[in-house]
Amino acid sequence: MTGPTVEQAITRVHHEEWARVVAGLARRFGDLDVAEEATAEAFVAAAERWPREGVPPNPGGWIATTATRKAIDRLRRESQRDAKHQAARMVYDDSPPEPTGPVEDDRLRLIFTCCHPALAMEARVALTLRLLGGLTVAEIARAFLVQENAMARRITRAKAKIKAAHIPYRVPSADDIRERLAGVLAVVYLVFNEGYLASEGNDPVRVDLTDEAIRLGRLLRTLLPDDGEVVGLLALMLLTDARRSARVSRTGELVTLDEQDRGAWDRTLIAEGNALVRERIEAVAAGGDPPGRYQLQAAINVVHTDAPSARDTDWSTIVALYGRLVLLDPSPIVRLNRAVAVAEVDGPGVGLAEIDRLAEVLDGYHAFHAARADLLRRLGRGGESRAAYDRAIDLAGNPAERAYLTRRRDQLAG
Amino acid sequence: MPRYLLSVYGPAERPEFATYPFQEAMLQAFADTGAFNERLHRDGHFVFADGLEPPTTATTVDGQGEKPAFTDGPYLEAKEHLDGFWVIEAADLDVALALAAEGSKACRGRVEVRPFRTEESVRALPAP
Repeated sequence: MTGPTVEQAITRVHHEEWARVVAGLARRFGDLDVAEEATAEAFVAAAERWPREGVPPNPGGWIATTATRKAIDRLRRESQRDAKHQAARMVYDDSPPEPTGPVEDDRLRLIFTCCHPALAMEARVALTLRLLGGLTVAEIARAFLVQENAMARRITRAKAKIKAAHIPYRVPSADDIRERLAGVLAVVYLVFNEGYLASEGNDPVRVDLTDEAIRLGRLLRTLLPDDGEVVGLLALMLLTDARRSARVSRTGELVTLDEQDRGAWDRTLIAEGNALVRERIEAVAAGGDPPGRYQLQAAINVVHTDAPSARDTDWSTIVALYGRLVLLDPSPIVRLNRAVAVAEVDGPGVGLAEIDRLAEVLDGYHAFHAARADLLRRLGRGGESRAAYDRAIDLAGNPAERAYLTRRRDQLAG
Repeated sequence: MPRYLLSVYGPAERPEFATYPFQEAMLQAFADTGAFNERLHRDGHFVFADGLEPPTTATTVDGQGEKPAFTDGPYLEAKEHLDGFWVIEAADLDVALALAAEGSKACRGRVEVRPFRTEESVRALPAP
């Protein structure tokens, strides 16, 4: 009878304590490998012992103590292999964290180390999921459709670079933190999008990745509660995730925003996301920094989730918000999204003219052709619409999206 | 303190003003690089820095056989070769990258930053 409760206890402690334990050991022993492996071993020990001995009164403390002991054992074993250097290895930093950054939580140091700009983006993502998220290498490999040993190599190589190149275990200075934090948020958002818009493979949504990204977003919010973009990204993910169950039909087809069953949206997540956006609107009104890209995207999502039906969507507000987003990020994809909103306000002809200006840069992007196809259809240009759907279907990697596009194409008259 | 090699590469065939569009640009880059070297000295980062003669002046030596063998030319056949480098000391990679960015601006080239082995990393090599 204790089976499931012990399992639940372990899962909970894993969620709550993994990053904290890894981060603390990494500071103490100055070695990510040791920190990661000792923490993993502590959880293995818990899985062995807790079912027999019962869950300890302070499970998090038990894991931390066990992991520390495992780390010391490991370093001792290693140094016995090389007695000469035993003394050197056993001198570890047991001091309290130095106040080098605005926040002293070890987990924040770990985040900035994992997301260091000297690491390739795919290495940052993998390290963040492993060291902060506590996902196993096998889970990360599966999520990104990579062979497990290839993923293991990627993570090992990244940790080796951190060590050999002396990537610091530190929260960046006030001068650099904004830019470095933008890099961290980009990693979290990439994880979320890879889960939500799975670009490859047969699952239209990879829930493990979206959940993990939201957990990382919540952790960042705990560690940096005053940063507007941290709040904005969390709100954006919550509001997007709220629509998850309405986004894919029972037959596995993508359901676009205008056709979704709004009753199926998760109202709790929407309320939480709305509250965060409101918090930011008040902070900006009180003289805070102007909203960044994630806050603006969250605000756009609030406009959608506020509308009782697709017809009631306040598109002019959305166009205005995209206008501000274009100023921060004039990338073709942002301009494409803005053009789609413009089509709702000023008509499909105007939207199409804007979209067509992006043809050269976005020709390889399925969403560009999907948006064109829809506007051409609304303008009654069936032949061109069909050709655009064909291109979009060729380029779309997600099966739900392909199914949706195929149906829309086949619905074209003539 | 960790040491880093900051390398700058250039085309194997060097035009008249090296990689610079005209003589004034070359002289300005030399002056800026000199000023950057001064700063490295001043702030205690400087270990060594210099520019190299073109790769066509290189000789490759293999001393592993009974008699050393000499080959005219660089070890690697490549379109680009090492043109010059710095060896610096920096507290960590963040400091090294910031210095490399300054050096890159001064010499008008991309800079590769690579850590040297440390006593600790040598000890951590697998035992024979």
